[in-house]
Amino acid sequence: MATLHTRASARAMLSPAVLLLLAWMLIPLGMTIYFSLLRYNLLMPGLESFVGIENYQYFLTDPAFFDAIWNTLRLVGGILLITIVGGTLLALLLDQPIWGQGIVRLLVIAPFFVMPTVSALVWKNMLMHPVNGLFAWIADIFGMQPIDWFAEAPMLSVILIVSWGWLPFATLITLTALQSLDSEQREAAEMDGAGPLSIFFYIILPHISRALTVVVLIETIFLLSVFAEILVTTNGGPGTATTNLTFLVYAQALLQFDVGLASAGGVVAIVLANIVAIFLLRLIGKNLEA
Amino acid sequence: MARELSPRRRATLTTAAWTIGFLIFFPVLWTFLTSFKTEGEAIAIPPSFLFFDWTLENYSEVQERSNYLRHAMNSVIIAFGSTFLGLLVAIPAAWSMAFSPTKSTRGILMWMLSTKMLPPVGALVPIYLICRDLGLLDTRSALVVILMLMNLPIIVWMLFTYFREIPGDILEAARMDGASLRKEITYVLVPMAVPGIASTLLLNVILAWNEAFWTLNLTADDAAPLSAFIASYSSPEGLFWAKLSAASTLAIAPILVLGWFSQKQLVRGLTFGAVK
Repeated sequence: MATLHTRASARAMLSPAVLLLLAWMLIPLGMTIYFSLLRYNLLMPGLESFVGIENYQYFLTDPAFFDAIWNTLRLVGGILLITIVGGTLLALLLDQPIWGQGIVRLLVIAPFFVMPTVSALVWKNMLMHPVNGLFAWIADIFGMQPIDWFAEAPMLSVILIVSWGWLPFATLITLTALQSLDSEQREAAEMDGAGPLSIFFYIILPHISRALTVVVLIETIFLLSVFAEILVTTNGGPGTATTNLTFLVYAQALLQFDVGLASAGGVVAIVLANIVAIFLLRLIGKNLEA
Repeated sequence: MARELSPRRRATLTTAAWTIGFLIFFPVLWTFLTSFKTEGEAIAIPPSFLFFDWTLENYSEVQERSNYLRHAMNSVIIAFGSTFLGLLVAIPAAWSMAFSPTKSTRGILMWMLSTKMLPPVGALVPIYLICRDLGLLDTRSALVVILMLMNLPIIVWMLFTYFREIPGDILEAARMDGASLRKEITYVLVPMAVPGIASTLLLNVILAWNEAFWTLNLTADDAAPLSAFIASYSSPEGLFWAKLSAASTLAIAPILVLGWFSQKQLVRGLTFGAVK
C-alpha cells in the first residue's frame, strides 16, 4: 500500500532507526573483535600489540573459563527448569475458574517488575540470611538446622533468586496460550473418558508447546546475561562458584583491566548467544509470515 | 474457559491458587512491611509481621543519608528519556514498514530483532572505553542513549505490530470523503495509533527502569539510577534491612503499579507477536 507515502519518504522514515542500530551493532562488535586480537591492558597504556589468537588460546584454556561455561549452563538450565515446570503448573491452576483469579494473577506477576538488584538484596538478606533471615526462622520452627545459603549452595541461591523473577514471565505467557485453547476439543476428550494426564499430554501440551518454546528461547537470551544478581550477592564467589560468562568478562575488563582478554570472552559470549538466537528468530519469522 | 466445577473442588483450587500467589508475592510484601520497622525489629527473631511500632523514619533517613531523590530523578530521566528518544526514532520507522512494506521489510525487522540478541557483555569493553574517552562515564546522557539503542528493536517491533492492525481502508475512506492529509493524520491516524504508542511507552519505561547491567557498569554515583544505587546496600558492614526495604519499596512501587496495568502488552512486547 504505497498510497500514504512515496517510496523515498518511506525510506527516509526508516533510515534513522536502521542507521542507529547498524552503528550500535557494528561499532562495538568491530571494536570487540579488534581488541580481542591485541595484548591490551588499561594499566599499561601505550603497550598495545597485535597478538593474533593468543587471547582466545589463553581464555579458552583458562580453568576459570570452563567454570564460567559450566556455571552459565547450570544457571540457565536450573532457572529454565524451575520456571517452565513451575510456570506451566501455575498457569494450569490459574486457568481454572477460581475465585479472584484477576487478583491472584496480579500477585503472581509482581516479581517480574522488581529490579534485579532489589530482588537479589532482599532475598540474600531478609530471606536467606543464616541467622536473622526468614528461612532460618522457619527452619528453626520445624527443628531443622538453618541453611547458610550463600556459603553452602551459592549457585542454587542465585538460581532461586533469578527464578523468582522469571517465573511470572513463563506463567503469563503460558496462561495466554492456554486461554486460546478450544474447550470443545477438551470436552470431547473428557466425554471419551480421557483422564487429566492424557488430556494434558495429548491436548494441552501440544497446544502450548509453541509458547513454551518461545519462553525457553527468550529466557535463555536474557539469562545468558545474568549479572546484577551475581554482583550484589556473591560477587562471583566463593572462588568461581557463581561466576558465569558475563561476570567473568566483566571481571577481566573492569577489575583486571585486561581489555584484550575480556574482549575475547565477549566474542565467545556473542557466539554462544547467537546459537540460541538463530532458533528464536526462525520461530518468530515463521509467525510473521502467517 | 468457563468449565463447570463442583463447589468443593472450586474452593480447593481457589485456596491453592491464593496460597501460591501469596507465597510468590510474599518477598514484595515483606519488603514493604520491613520498611516501616526499626532496624532492631527488622532483624528480630521471631519476626513480627504486623504488630510492631510502625515508623516512617527509614524513609526520611534514606533521603538524608544518600540523597535518594537525586537517584530517583536519575531513574525517571533515564527511563523516560531513553523511551521518548526511542519512540522518536521508532515511530516513523514502524509506520513506514507497516503502511508501505517492501520486499526487504521482513528482513529488516528480523535483523533489528537479532541486534537485541547480542549479549550486552559483548559490547561492554568498547562502550566503556568510548564513554571514558568522551568523558561520559557516570553521566545520564550516556545511559539515555545506550538504553535507547538497547530497547530500540523492541520499540520498533511493538509499534509495528500495533500499526499493522490499523486498517488501511479507513484512510482511503477518509480521503474519499475529502479529508486533507492534515485532517487525516489528526482525526484518523493519531486516535488509532495512540493506544499502541502508549503501550509501547509503558513497557519500555518498565524495562529501562529495571535495567541493571549498563547502569551498574557505567555509573558510579552522580548518574546512578535506583537500580544501581540500591546495590550500594550490598556492602557487608552492618545490616540496614529497614533502610534497604524503604529504598527498595520506593524503587519498585511505581513500576509495579505500571506493570500491573501492562500485563497484556508485556506478553505482546516480549514475545514479539509470537504468542497471542
